Amino acid sequence: MRKMLTIISNVLRASTKKNGARVVVSSRSYADFTPQASFDIKGCDLHRLEEGPAQQAVLTREEGLQYYRTLQMMRRMELKADQLYKQKIIRGFCHLYDGQEACAVGIEAGINPTDHLITAYRAHGYTLTRGGTVREIMAELTGRRGGIAKGKGGSMHMYTKNFYGGNGIVGAQVPLGAGVALACKYQGRNELCVTLYGDGAANQGQIFETYNMASLWKLPCIFICENNKYGMGTSVERAAASTDYYKRGDFIPGLRVDGMDVLCVREATKFAADHCRAGKGPILMELQTYRYHGHSMSDPGVSYRTREEIQEVRSKSDPISMLKERMLSNNMTNVEELKEIDVEVRKEIEDAAQFATTDPEPPLEELCNHLFSNDQPLEVRGTHPWTKLKSVS
Amino acid sequence: MAAAARLVLRTASGAKVLRAGLGWLGAPIRVPHAAAHFTFHPDPVPTRHGPTQKMNLFQSITSALDNTLSSDPTAVIFGEDVAFGGVFRCTVGLRDKYGKDRVFNTPLCEQGIVGFGIGVAVAGATAIAEIQFADYIFPAFDQIVNEAAKYRYRSGNMFDCGNLTIRAPWGCVGHGSLYHSQSPEAFFAHCPGIKVVIPRSPVQAKGLLLSCIADKNPCIFFEPKILYRAAVEQVPTEPYLIPLSQAEVLQEGSDVTLVAWGTQVHVMKEVAAMAQEKLGVSCEVIDLQTILPWDTETVCKSVVKTGRLLISHEAPVTGGFAAEISSTVQEECFLNLEAPIARVCGYDTPFPHIFEPFYIPDKWKCFDAVKRMINY
Repeated sequence: MRKMLTIISNVLRASTKKNGARVVVSSRSYADFTPQASFDIKGCDLHRLEEGPAQQAVLTREEGLQYYRTLQMMRRMELKADQLYKQKIIRGFCHLYDGQEACAVGIEAGINPTDHLITAYRAHGYTLTRGGTVREIMAELTGRRGGIAKGKGGSMHMYTKNFYGGNGIVGAQVPLGAGVALACKYQGRNELCVTLYGDGAANQGQIFETYNMASLWKLPCIFICENNKYGMGTSVERAAASTDYYKRGDFIPGLRVDGMDVLCVREATKFAADHCRAGKGPILMELQTYRYHGHSMSDPGVSYRTREEIQEVRSKSDPISMLKERMLSNNMTNVEELKEIDVEVRKEIEDAAQFATTDPEPPLEELCNHLFSNDQPLEVRGTHPWTKLKSVS
Repeated sequence: MAAAARLVLRTASGAKVLRAGLGWLGAPIRVPHAAAHFTFHPDPVPTRHGPTQKMNLFQSITSALDNTLSSDPTAVIFGEDVAFGGVFRCTVGLRDKYGKDRVFNTPLCEQGIVGFGIGVAVAGATAIAEIQFADYIFPAFDQIVNEAAKYRYRSGNMFDCGNLTIRAPWGCVGHGSLYHSQSPEAFFAHCPGIKVVIPRSPVQAKGLLLSCIADKNPCIFFEPKILYRAAVEQVPTEPYLIPLSQAEVLQEGSDVTLVAWGTQVHVMKEVAAMAQEKLGVSCEVIDLQTILPWDTETVCKSVVKTGRLLISHEAPVTGGFAAEISSTVQEECFLNLEAPIARVCGYDTPFPHIFEPFYIPDKWKCFDAVKRMINY
């Protein structure tokens, strides 16, 4: 009897050594994980507000895993785009979002899918959170017909339902966002519009025009300034007379949020959304975040900042590491489960890259389509008057 | 061992050729977009302006700005990212040489940059503003059209902003897509009071830019960005001026007049060579250089001689500047025309993301137009 027990225990021990925790997991049910935990998050600096968002956030296991998956998907997608760009499969302009994932994921967690969002050119992350698939996004980057904008927009012009892009011209999207907010208010569906711009765009004149209009008409618009400390190659100190971007709205209440922490962003967005939905008018959020890559793929990103600085942010404030650590230390998940998610994410990205590389380009007829809205096909003058192309819409 | 390695290499390259061959016959292969649609032919070395140095387009711009900053103590250069040298390296070294109060960055605000530049110019200093890409000039459109162009007129010559020059990279570049490839000269051609100038090469660029700066009217100087590195010539190091509003006849001919500006001039030169070789047609190639006010005399004199005119530009054909030239020429030279004036321009679409090679008016489309005119 004892011999048999020894043999069994030896076998078990051996198998435990080999598969380690996996064996343990399969014998433990997922009910052993903490279903939810409460975390202390950094407080926000306030402007014209009596109180800010809660300084404690509750995170459930499901939410945590979902955020982790999206964050990891975004990170891997951007790194894959980097790789494809260097192989010249993606050409033109490509502005990568890695490092700033917490902003996109946090904002999406704080609003409803029926709310609206508009941002500038660093848009791949938002395209993903607003319903785009990785396949469509990557095919758009490579300019193929399977792309989210049929291959006609490229990196900076991606759109989904309730996501208005993806805008190349700096600052031009902000008045648009206020317009969408006006439509929301007018149609009375309790929706709002999240309008994003960067620290460089914060110095554009049309932003201030928009602040005035949104505040005057009490539009349900959340202005969000994603401050990643550099407007292309110019640091914020050298571009702005006031780097307190959350105060730049002057008469618009503002808050400054740690943009590297998903939970911080989520709580702040919920707070801002409540403010707007209560009919109090616009509100301004500054997300302090950081991008690891340069401004675009033609910018190495190290001529205006040191590698040490990038390394420091990566090691101390990386959004994915922060979430991972929180969940692991509170026993909401374990390394294997997260690794499984990583493997799945990696596979999806590989499939998407494969699709993006092999999908055919849009047909030449597409060159002129969708210029105008017309019932009959419109004739478009070509490079000389005797060839006319058809424009269908 | 080495021989074996060489054999392996040969087979590898042979195999590669075979695969490409199959590609042509079989499944479609991806053609890399690397080839440019023109070849840059440098002009002969200028002898009238002193010693020359090999420079490309952005270096010739730097040289012109250097000359200006040293001879004119009121000159200032400003724009986005000009301090470190600019995104196209046009202002490299100038801040170190002349100081940070003469070469400085502005925040990201085109309307502010041009408005501010108008103010600097009106107060008497020479202002050289840089807009990072011509595609971004539109927030400043109001300042240029409503303020800069009309200042002298509305003040009865009491004030003017003639000291203002605006520089912007212009035109297609191979991968620019919608917002880094536009050619907006036609929008500004419609505005009396400003001058619009587009060079075709480093020697022209330096002379024309210095003329713009010296000119007592606000000028917009568009620099073909695809030529910044590709165009290399021997450029005089001393300052020199090339007169504005004078088109240059690059090549004399008797059958067809070809008019273009900027990058397209080099395409036209190839078209002229092709027409001579394949059709025996002699073409006169004219670089318009100044879009506003344009040299009607040179173009009309040429059309009177040849009877046929082809105008080409990358901007969309409807309302492009070719329309203005075509209309004026048919007014002045109606009875001399042997065939309708041809315009070979971009399509009436936004500058496309991936269809660029099909969109631009390349030499084949222009050659086709020449053929039709000859056979009219």
